[in-house]
Amino acid sequence: MDAHALAPEEHYIRKQPYYEAVGNEIAIFEAAYRHKLPILLKGPTGCGKTRFMEYMAWRLQRPLITVSCHDDLTASDLVGRYLVKGGETVWVDGPLTRAVRVGGICYLDEIVEARKDTMVVIHPLADDRRTLPMEKLGQLLEAPDDFCLAISYNPGYQSVLKDLKQSTRQRFVALEFDYPTAELERRIVASESGVDAAMADKLVKFARMTRNLKGSGLEEGASTRLLVHAGKLINGGIDPVAACRGAVAQAVTDDADMLAAIQELSSSVF
Amino acid sequence: MSEARAAELAALLEDWLEADLTFHKVEGLARELAGLSREDCDFILGWIKRIATTHLELGWQFGRRAPKLLASMGRRQMEAWAVFACDTYDRVGLRPALQAVEQVENFADKQLELTAGVLFEDVAGVLGNFVRGLSGRKLAIVQGEAVHTDTDKIYLPAVIARLPDMDDNFRLAKAMVALLWAQTRFGTFRVDLIEACAAFPHPSRALAQLNALETLRLSACIERELPGLHRDMERLKTALGDVLPPAWQRFARRLGEPDASIEDSLRLLGDAYQLPDFAAWCFQGELRPDAVAGAFIARRDKEKARLRVKLAELLEEQSRHQPQSDTADAAQPPAFEAEVDDSDGRLELELTLDGAPVAPPEDVRQLLTSVWLDFGEIPHDYLVPAGDGEYDASLLGEQPVDPDAVWQGTYHEQGALFYPEWDMGRQHYRKNWCVMREKEVAPVFDDFARATLDKHAGLVKHLHRAFEAMRDENRLLKRQPYGDDVDIDALVEAMADARDGSEMSDRLFVRLHRAERNIAVAFMVDMSGSTRGWINEAEREALILLCEALERLGDRYAIYGFSGTTRKRCELYRIKTFEESYGDVVKARISGIRAQEYTRMGFAIRHLTDLLKKVEARTRVLVTLSDGRPDDYFDGYRGQYGIEDTRMALLEARRAGVHPFCVTIDREARDYLPHMYGAARYVILDDVAELPFKVSDIYRRITR
Repeated sequence: MDAHALAPEEHYIRKQPYYEAVGNEIAIFEAAYRHKLPILLKGPTGCGKTRFMEYMAWRLQRPLITVSCHDDLTASDLVGRYLVKGGETVWVDGPLTRAVRVGGICYLDEIVEARKDTMVVIHPLADDRRTLPMEKLGQLLEAPDDFCLAISYNPGYQSVLKDLKQSTRQRFVALEFDYPTAELERRIVASESGVDAAMADKLVKFARMTRNLKGSGLEEGASTRLLVHAGKLINGGIDPVAACRGAVAQAVTDDADMLAAIQELSSSVF
Repeated sequence: MSEARAAELAALLEDWLEADLTFHKVEGLARELAGLSREDCDFILGWIKRIATTHLELGWQFGRRAPKLLASMGRRQMEAWAVFACDTYDRVGLRPALQAVEQVENFADKQLELTAGVLFEDVAGVLGNFVRGLSGRKLAIVQGEAVHTDTDKIYLPAVIARLPDMDDNFRLAKAMVALLWAQTRFGTFRVDLIEACAAFPHPSRALAQLNALETLRLSACIERELPGLHRDMERLKTALGDVLPPAWQRFARRLGEPDASIEDSLRLLGDAYQLPDFAAWCFQGELRPDAVAGAFIARRDKEKARLRVKLAELLEEQSRHQPQSDTADAAQPPAFEAEVDDSDGRLELELTLDGAPVAPPEDVRQLLTSVWLDFGEIPHDYLVPAGDGEYDASLLGEQPVDPDAVWQGTYHEQGALFYPEWDMGRQHYRKNWCVMREKEVAPVFDDFARATLDKHAGLVKHLHRAFEAMRDENRLLKRQPYGDDVDIDALVEAMADARDGSEMSDRLFVRLHRAERNIAVAFMVDMSGSTRGWINEAEREALILLCEALERLGDRYAIYGFSGTTRKRCELYRIKTFEESYGDVVKARISGIRAQEYTRMGFAIRHLTDLLKKVEARTRVLVTLSDGRPDDYFDGYRGQYGIEDTRMALLEARRAGVHPFCVTIDREARDYLPHMYGAARYVILDDVAELPFKVSDIYRRITR
């Protein structure tokens, strides 16, 4: 089967993504969208930020353009650049510009990973000006009403170097995400991975144990995403302890002692 | 021949064991050793010498027994035994160490312990994380003589070796830890056990029977909570022949119900007291109500204070987010409520403020959990946010201990950090051997810094220029395969090439290179007595110039001085931390650097490596500045031992990703330096006067 190629701005989500609301985040997002306010998603990795964005894109029926930020991401990577084609230079829009042009949702994932000077290009888009200056083209792109800017940020890294500047963060409506409650997480794990309720219960219990270890050697506990992975392995006939080792323990740490400890926790639960 | 050899050995032993003072009769031992093969003899001699540096009596007692045992024991075992004795001495002192040596007669039986047993050091790390992962208070695992918990710490013995298989022994240790955790988690200590047992004719017997009842109850809790672990525990019981006596079965049934609590155990205690003593199960520890009471008293007020202050902070934060509406009754103070859901072993906390749920920060959650574990509820007065200045700071945090005060009165190792030291003779680390404290250098506010800058005015100008030139700047890189803009020059050239028929380059872009110098460096300065005089002077001048230069460069740097007398008093003097900025205080501290005592280096390297690891930087550098070989007057540090330890510490630093670099002014250093600094690069300065000129220059070269 061939992989399906899509232009980013054609990326409509057709099928309803599975998403369980934790609180009133859907209502807040919709209200912010209606009032053309940009949105900041805060929370640890794997707790459903990206899934939430997909769900909202489906709900609002707007194309979703996701950019995963990295420390070499320049402003041109977002806005666009001239390329050489057949002896001529042609302008190529970057993902942010494309999203503005079509009035889509631009989601900048892990925004703090991007360089600080890159982040400022979104400033005029993120306040009431809602414009994207394209210096190289000498143009100013005005965002249509249905354009939406969303960024995500994980405050858990607690690194001074990876903090969001006040001038950036104070432009956004913030939605805080955390691991879902035990009840909800159980439901998510069961429905996403297909394991039965009892197994989902144990997986969630195990995940909470690893989250207790945050700060004493673990940077972050097991995310819901990892639990779903483990659940899928278990559903595929893998022994639960082995599944947790492969899908969870090895994913959260490389430290031998910590691996052993997590292994002891999972062998105790199952 | 043998006589001559015996006399030779006797002389050695007399020397090592200081026989003229200790009056040990070494001649017999010498004769015995002379009768052994040369290799065996050397092996034992080596160990006697090494142990004697730890303690004379220990060395003697070891020597007396060693020759007879070597044949049956083998060298590996004997080495393990010797190391075990030394470790015991390092940790708990002479008497237990002598016991360890004396019990060597049983050591043949104890082989099990060494081959299959798990040592505390091996399991503490993993089980520490294991128990922190379980819900409840974060318990620490420490070594103690009996298996018990005081509700803050879990005590485990040095060796656990009841089973012939190492894995099983580890499982046993894990089961012990889990049961003790269950005691704190499921409320064993929520009633006064001393009082409850006092009613019986033999309170200690009552306590033991109660312990058995609790073991039954908690095993059932563990079965519900951690079924995998419970299966292991059952296997261990079977392997060691632990049974549930028929008379106890009805207790087990009652206490196995999910709603059973310590109250139920107490209700059954009367009946259980009538029964014969319960043979403790393998993973069962002891109940120590007195230790628990002590820990509780120490914790109670502190936690209440901390919780209330934290809640006050939380309240302030909440009200900042949601400005109080005018309709709210101002007279009614806001009330926190805490709800704990313990059903199904879940232990979930819900904190509400005036009925609206609040997400408590991690530290508040911990405190609430701890309070709940103690009381089974959150008492109302714990939830009243503290008023301004209601508590003095002493309750709120661990108070830093004044490093000098601990030397007054009884000696404590309170507030100190412990570092291991490599013992070349033992070929093992001495665990927690160096007692290290950070101290302040008393600042001397004089015009030393100014005078230095004036004195070296020409050099300063040069340094400024040189270091400024090193500041990597943003620059446009041309002819890149990928970039932000088209490189027109390259494009024109490429087009011409294409017309020409030759190959066209794809490097057509310009890219902005952003230079981020990301270096953290720690300077470790010798403050030993031998630097007294103008080495000290030169060091101080060098530091002033270095700071001037580094300020230009913008690298993060810290400066520490090291010195010490014996392992018990290793001192690191803070001159500038990474966070501090270079100002008058730092200048005054540099001026205040005075020669202190000896040159123990290992601990300083290890500590600064730890500090460097905490700094976020791409490159970490540790520069040591010393005037010679490591030296300390006691416990055999002088000479080879010190060199080997320093070498080891540098290797550790390298392994941790720190680049060590050593600057030394010892002219006779060329013989041992290559070995000692094996892991590090180094320079030797022939003339102290060069130091101020050279140090900055060296730094520039190594970080370029």
